[in-house]
Amino acid sequence: MRRLLPPLTGLTMLAALAIVFLVVPTEADMGIVQRIFYFHVASAWVAFLGFFLVAGASAVYLWNGSPTADRLAYAAGEVGVLFCTLVLVTGPIWARPIWGVWWTWDPRLTMTVVLWAIYASYLMLRGFGGDDPALARYAAVLGIVGVLDIPLIVVSVRLLRGIHPAVINRTDGGTGLVDPWMRIGLLVSALALILLAAWFMDLRVRGARLEEEVAALRRELDARRGEVA
Amino acid sequence: MRDALVILAKDLRIEWRTREGLSSVLVLGVLLVVVLTIAQDPSPETAPTLAPGVLWAAFVLTGMLGVQRAFVLERENDCLAGLLTAPLDPAAIYAGKLASNVVLLGVTQAVVVPLTGLFLHLDLVPRLPALLLVCLLGNVGFASLATLFGALAIRVRAREIMLPLLLLPLLVPLLIGAVQATRAVLVGGLAAASSGLGVLAAFDVIFAVAGWLLFAYVVRD
Repeated sequence: MRRLLPPLTGLTMLAALAIVFLVVPTEADMGIVQRIFYFHVASAWVAFLGFFLVAGASAVYLWNGSPTADRLAYAAGEVGVLFCTLVLVTGPIWARPIWGVWWTWDPRLTMTVVLWAIYASYLMLRGFGGDDPALARYAAVLGIVGVLDIPLIVVSVRLLRGIHPAVINRTDGGTGLVDPWMRIGLLVSALALILLAAWFMDLRVRGARLEEEVAALRRELDARRGEVA
Repeated sequence: MRDALVILAKDLRIEWRTREGLSSVLVLGVLLVVVLTIAQDPSPETAPTLAPGVLWAAFVLTGMLGVQRAFVLERENDCLAGLLTAPLDPAAIYAGKLASNVVLLGVTQAVVVPLTGLFLHLDLVPRLPALLLVCLLGNVGFASLATLFGALAIRVRAREIMLPLLLLPLLVPLLIGAVQATRAVLVGGLAAASSGLGVLAAFDVIFAVAGWLLFAYVVRD
């Protein structure tokens, strides 16, 4: 399965690109720029998955102290911030021609940038918090508090003024994706990005484990050198 | 519960003997209200509309420094380590620290809020009960998170920058709720502020419980 992940990711990404750029019809009002939607929305889904995975893995780590859960939480945080950054980059590229501005304080935009900041600060804590072994526990506390904040953010930003389009669940009950290929394109690109995220996380988790093994071997080596001398 | 009260009494006694933290936080709060107002150069007509934002931005920034200072005090001479070796439940330590932070921030609010009303031409007196409720809910919510992360930030490297970095994004819902509720209270009344107050109340409950449960993981060695 692990060996299959990279080629599977590549093939799904190619399929997503082919569907989005060759098959899906151009949106009637917005034109060609609307095609960024398939990557924008799919990235947002992956970012959310990553953030919830941080909380889940953090809770497991606090519960049983599993080092794998801790490494997974860190990797999920990195992947979440990466894809959240992609959401914040692809959004303005679309917003500039459609809304006429790069950024506005719409509820969803505000929510995304706040979530980005929460998990960016999670990475800051892990990256610059020092080498105290208790840092993993502090980070797990932050990972859990961060996800508890999400419903509050969702409710509170609704008190702001909004203009973001609701494509998937519209107030009239229909969906904005009139052509079936539009739905297929979104799902395939979401699948491609999920696979990519899974691959990244697998690499990061294994990398972190190897780093710890190397550090343990170094310590052992130093100890033996001490014995010889 | 009794343990929490002991911690509260201890913290307030320390504060009362020096009055150093409280006075510096008070002056800072006033200063921030002045600076944030000057920076926007309001006309007499626009001044009242600025008040909620100025008030809560000043509160969050002063509160952060006040809470950080409270934990720096605990760090000196390893007081926190002493506190942890005492036969106290970490949850009781959290509750006591939370209570003492709420008291100190409440005193700050009692000075900064009327002053903001004065500077920005608000008539606070008829709105006082509703405004008190907003201030109290905002205070408790802020202190719930700040107490948890103050204890956390003091234990990591780069601690001065870590507390605002971790705390500010998490406080956004509180800030939105408090600003909206304050604005609604000033123009309408308690009924108009219900959605903002709802956010504040939910924030208070969620993070007071989360802090109570998670504090042990932050302070335990």
